[in-house]
Amino acid sequence: MRFCLFTMLLSLTVLLCGCSREQRTFRNPPPAEQTLNTIQVSGLNPGANPIATPVPPNAYEESAYATAEGQKLFDQYNCSGCHFHGGGGIGPPLMDNNWIYGSEPGNIFATIMQGRPNGMPSFRNRIPESQAWEIVAYVRSLSGLLPKDVSPGRSDDMGGYPPPQSMSKQTPIGITGNPEQSK
Amino acid sequence: MFASVLSTMGSVLVALYQASPLSPGGHSALHPSAPQAAHIEWLYWVIFWICFSAFVLTFAVFTRGSARTYISQPEPLPPIKEHPNDSKAVWYVGGAIAVTVLSLFAVLFMSVITGKQVEGATAEKNVLTIQITGHQWWWEIQYPNSQAYQTITTANEIHVPAGRRVIILTKSADVIHSFWAPSITGKRDVIPGPSSAFSFEVDKPGIYHGQCAEFCGLQHAHMGFSVIAEPEDQFEAWEKEQIAPARDPTTPDQLRGRQVFLTHACVMCHTIRGTDAGSRVGPDLTHIASRKMIAAETLPNTRGDLAGWISDPQVIKPGTLMVPNPMQPDDLQALITYLGSLQ
Repeated sequence: MRFCLFTMLLSLTVLLCGCSREQRTFRNPPPAEQTLNTIQVSGLNPGANPIATPVPPNAYEESAYATAEGQKLFDQYNCSGCHFHGGGGIGPPLMDNNWIYGSEPGNIFATIMQGRPNGMPSFRNRIPESQAWEIVAYVRSLSGLLPKDVSPGRSDDMGGYPPPQSMSKQTPIGITGNPEQSK
Repeated sequence: MFASVLSTMGSVLVALYQASPLSPGGHSALHPSAPQAAHIEWLYWVIFWICFSAFVLTFAVFTRGSARTYISQPEPLPPIKEHPNDSKAVWYVGGAIAVTVLSLFAVLFMSVITGKQVEGATAEKNVLTIQITGHQWWWEIQYPNSQAYQTITTANEIHVPAGRRVIILTKSADVIHSFWAPSITGKRDVIPGPSSAFSFEVDKPGIYHGQCAEFCGLQHAHMGFSVIAEPEDQFEAWEKEQIAPARDPTTPDQLRGRQVFLTHACVMCHTIRGTDAGSRVGPDLTHIASRKMIAAETLPNTRGDLAGWISDPQVIKPGTLMVPNPMQPDDLQALITYLGSLQ
């Protein structure tokens, strides 16, 4: 009897472990409930005592659903218009290890939201934050920075290169981590 | 007490009748408004009466058999005598098998004939071609024209001239859907990749409801459309209005609404011809105010419903691809005023 209970609890735990991978949230808390994210990519700050900005982990990177949504949005929002399908063209490639403005989720989120010089437009107010985080997850999966079980196992376009799931993990160069610490 | 039970039962019966395909309404295969649906209705009644007579016959024979073997007084059963050549039984069993096989073949034959009649290719010259694309979870309707600027794109409402032959070309943007307007014609699967074509003509002007008939995801049940059949002159007037680009804002409120549209998430998915918005992800909104319903026949196109749909569509249709749009109340009001002006 005790053994049976133990087995049941164990299998339940195992089942619960797999949950976040397929979790779907359709409705996000309204903006008033969200904390303000100000991600910095340089050490320059007004005032004498700069506020440390911890880069929040991207919760969407644990969900295969969110990453797949990011893959779809990457095309729908025409990111592929400049970055093509990660190989780059008009915009820089996203599947290599060179990150001009940082490879951390917060850095990429800031790149999408604020825009960057020489062509990257700002999508603040146009792409909802939840979807921007999904795109961040997909962009990171392109160079193998995401766990294999959440990376898309298929690229939906003609390419001839392996899908994100088969990409080997690359060591990012350029700005890495929190700019405060790297200074 | 008795009277109230009776009246309740009566109203339940009335409600059941109204919900059933027997009552005339916008969504019934038994009230055809096109010759294609009439063929299908004919086949329905033929099969219905064959099955009904088989049912009655079976029960009649069964009842008779039960009555005959009823034993009135307890006495030992007579010993069963073997009849080596029971010609009567052979006739009965043989006849039953023959009737079953024959009626099955008759039904099959009639189904094939009906199928041919519904599919029937058209040699007519004056046909109208409409391209429909199934999306999760709405229908994109396009009236192709050799002149690109005269192509009409709308959503969920198919306007057709009554009495004129219409060819529908199907396409899917994502998964398998099925196009089904029961009063007009049979179901037609809309499959990603291959395109298919079918045709129909609506006899009487009217609004006929249709529905996606192949499970296609979370909001499959809210993927409706309507076929609006109009007299030829009304259809042409509608066509002319739809070809025109969106109306320019005339009041400061509308002007602000357009500004809101172009600086918020709306512009990432929707098209309003005549402005910078040109994305092909969601429905074309160039003439949204001319439509009767929004969100694939889910809500009536009123100010309040539109506001609710824009602010939080995930409450109305959980899982829909439209994102919630939290915005300032003034901005939202201006946006709705602008959308309401897009006749």
